[in-house]
Amino acid sequence: MKKVFTRPESLKDIPFHYCPGCTHGIVHRLVAEVIDEMDMYERALGVAPVGCSVFIYNYMDFDMYQAAHGRAPAVATGIKRVLPDRLVFTYQGDGDAAAIGTGELVHAAARGEKITVIFINNAVYAMTGGQMAPTTLLGQKTTTTPAGRDAGINGMPVKVCEMLAPLDGSAYLARVSVHNPKNIVAAKKAIRKAFDIQMRGDGFTLVEVLSSCPTNWGLSPLEALKWLEQNMIPYYPLGEYKTPAEVGK
Amino acid sequence: MFEGILIAGFGGQGVLSTGQLLAYAGMKENKHVAWIPSYGPEMRGGTANCGVTISDRPISSPVVSEPTVLIAMNRPSLEKFEPAVVPSGLILVNSSLIHIKTKRSDVKTVYVPANDIAESLGNGKVANNIILGVLLELTGVVSTESVLEALKEVLPPKRHNLIPINQEALEKGRQLAREFKAS
Amino acid sequence: MAKVLMKGNEAIGEGAVRAGCRYFFGYPITPQSELPHYLAKRMPEVGGLYLQSESETAAANMVFGAAGAGARVMTSSSGPGISLMQEGISYIAGAELPCVIVNMIRGGPGLGNIAPAQSDYFQAVKGGGHGDYRVICLAPASVQEIIDLMQDAFDLADKYRNPVMLLADGVLGQMMEPVELGEEKFVQPPEKPWAATGRKKGGPKRLINSLYIVPEECEQHNLKLAKKYAVISREEQRWEEYHLDDARLVIVAFGTSARVCKAVVDRARDEGMAVGLLRPITVWPYPTGVIKRIREKVDRFLVVEMNMGQMIEDVRLAVEGARPVHFYGRAGGMMPVARDIFNEVKKLYNGGAEQ
Repeated sequence: MKKVFTRPESLKDIPFHYCPGCTHGIVHRLVAEVIDEMDMYERALGVAPVGCSVFIYNYMDFDMYQAAHGRAPAVATGIKRVLPDRLVFTYQGDGDAAAIGTGELVHAAARGEKITVIFINNAVYAMTGGQMAPTTLLGQKTTTTPAGRDAGINGMPVKVCEMLAPLDGSAYLARVSVHNPKNIVAAKKAIRKAFDIQMRGDGFTLVEVLSSCPTNWGLSPLEALKWLEQNMIPYYPLGEYKTPAEVGK
Repeated sequence: MFEGILIAGFGGQGVLSTGQLLAYAGMKENKHVAWIPSYGPEMRGGTANCGVTISDRPISSPVVSEPTVLIAMNRPSLEKFEPAVVPSGLILVNSSLIHIKTKRSDVKTVYVPANDIAESLGNGKVANNIILGVLLELTGVVSTESVLEALKEVLPPKRHNLIPINQEALEKGRQLAREFKAS
Repeated sequence: MAKVLMKGNEAIGEGAVRAGCRYFFGYPITPQSELPHYLAKRMPEVGGLYLQSESETAAANMVFGAAGAGARVMTSSSGPGISLMQEGISYIAGAELPCVIVNMIRGGPGLGNIAPAQSDYFQAVKGGGHGDYRVICLAPASVQEIIDLMQDAFDLADKYRNPVMLLADGVLGQMMEPVELGEEKFVQPPEKPWAATGRKKGGPKRLINSLYIVPEECEQHNLKLAKKYAVISREEQRWEEYHLDDARLVIVAFGTSARVCKAVVDRARDEGMAVGLLRPITVWPYPTGVIKRIREKVDRFLVVEMNMGQMIEDVRLAVEGARPVHFYGRAGGMMPVARDIFNEVKKLYNGGAEQ
């Protein structure tokens, strides 16, 4: 019988520790599939963040690094400068990339560092107990915004793709979502494009993935996906925010 | 022998490079040498000074806190550092720019109109080497030959055309010092 | 080979290049600026990289990445910047990565000033960052020693897979002294099979990591580190002895302070006092062995530092109460003056004779 669906070689054959309905597993798989398709298993190097996805280093079957909170783009810079022909990516959550690691993220982009940031935006600090993230929506209830995020107290949510787009060093910036199969296919395409552009040496690349966190949102997995579609996408529009001129949209 | 030489003036007077030249010459003579600049936020136009220690014993601190010789290229430098000079030390005053006298009576002071002499040689920039010539003659801390040899290494080859004028300045300084000693 | 006159900061750069270091990540700060200036020019000449980071925090983490990828890599800074690097240094120590960190200590705390000091001793030898780890600390006292120790720094880092810190101050960084550079030879850093450079199919997976979520495993990791530190403590203590043999009073000082104290010993000897100097070259591991060996033979110790008394704690630990340990220090960027230390020595020496 012909096998039509199998585990990517780049993904280790162990169960994920993620909560039911969490979309980290989907994004992990997409990254692994793309690395397989590019035949980059032996040249891929990933940098894990601090947060729920810290254990991505266990799930990816190739060589991995684990970075301090927010510093993954700096760690990736060090790796890529020593091994310029490797595919180097970081996998970071919103607290990691858009709060404590903003400096490292912005300057890696400004330098045109030839790395890819897979940026998981689920609008909440998940691992530490559902606190407000820089990307938490206005009015969204979290354990540290029990009455909902208030712009007067906490300011407005950070739009990472839009923030990085004006930097000349950023070559490819895209926001995708994984709340349904159609968008998952589009997300994979964006990851592939980012990796290809990185390997062509065009500059800094980032794929922002809108993700769900049913546990901390207090919703069922299905409700969470619906909430993402109805609340996050209007504030964080999907699409490509930057592409190298000759690649086109 | 031991000399702790403090060279002070304002930026652009060749204070740091004169010190390096002296240190280089001492090294050529296999003496122990150390050079240290003052460093601070004033990158340009402020005061500049450096300490040069030349000794036949290993040098403890490179910081010249009690100079045996002070070369004061401008007035603020003289006023600031003359109290630190050791008793019976030597102060060389650039009298082209400093119109006051030292307050110390327990040290030897020589007034050298270095800028005026340099101008008369046709290059105001060699004032530092006029004074250096005086220093060499009065202290014998290093030989003029060693300084000239060091000059060849300190100056980039394209500036070697400046060696004759610098040599002339050193000689002029030494001559002046000999006259001072005779008087 | 002919001697050349070199600034301490430049000597660090040249020493690093000669030791095979090809990557430097750092952020500007006084008084170590000549080092980045030197390497920004020198690294491209040898096919290396000088990269200015956006902060010291980032620099330390770039070092983490480059070291994990198997490179000989370094960074440098001064007190305030080293404080920011502590996060990265802790991770580097935890992940057992080799690298060299230079601290040209300046006056503190806070912004302090840019004058020479030794007030980052605790930070350097007692941890600095979070967690139970050690950094090998080398304390040169001359420009020549800087050149020589840079090679050792990289070798020790690779040998033990541990960060090594070169601890100096503005005086050593700024001063020029003659140095013998020796033949420039190409240094091939040792093989690093643990480096994460891309997993060969069927080969072992490499993970550069300091996370051990299971306490039992984290304890094992700490035990393994402690074992390594014990070996380093036993094998790598270095010091210089100056007139120690018959000394009644032993001055203990490192780096710039030790230079000044050497002159004090000379003067004391000229005046017939049996004074000696012990100069630790490694301040971690601390040369406790030599202190234990000599402590019964001397009357007292005098620790001289450019701070308010930090290394004195390590001296006291080694002396174990057997003899009095006195202190003389200057702080805030002030240099100890030979005459003042000599007066202190004289006072103590005579006091010692009366007892």
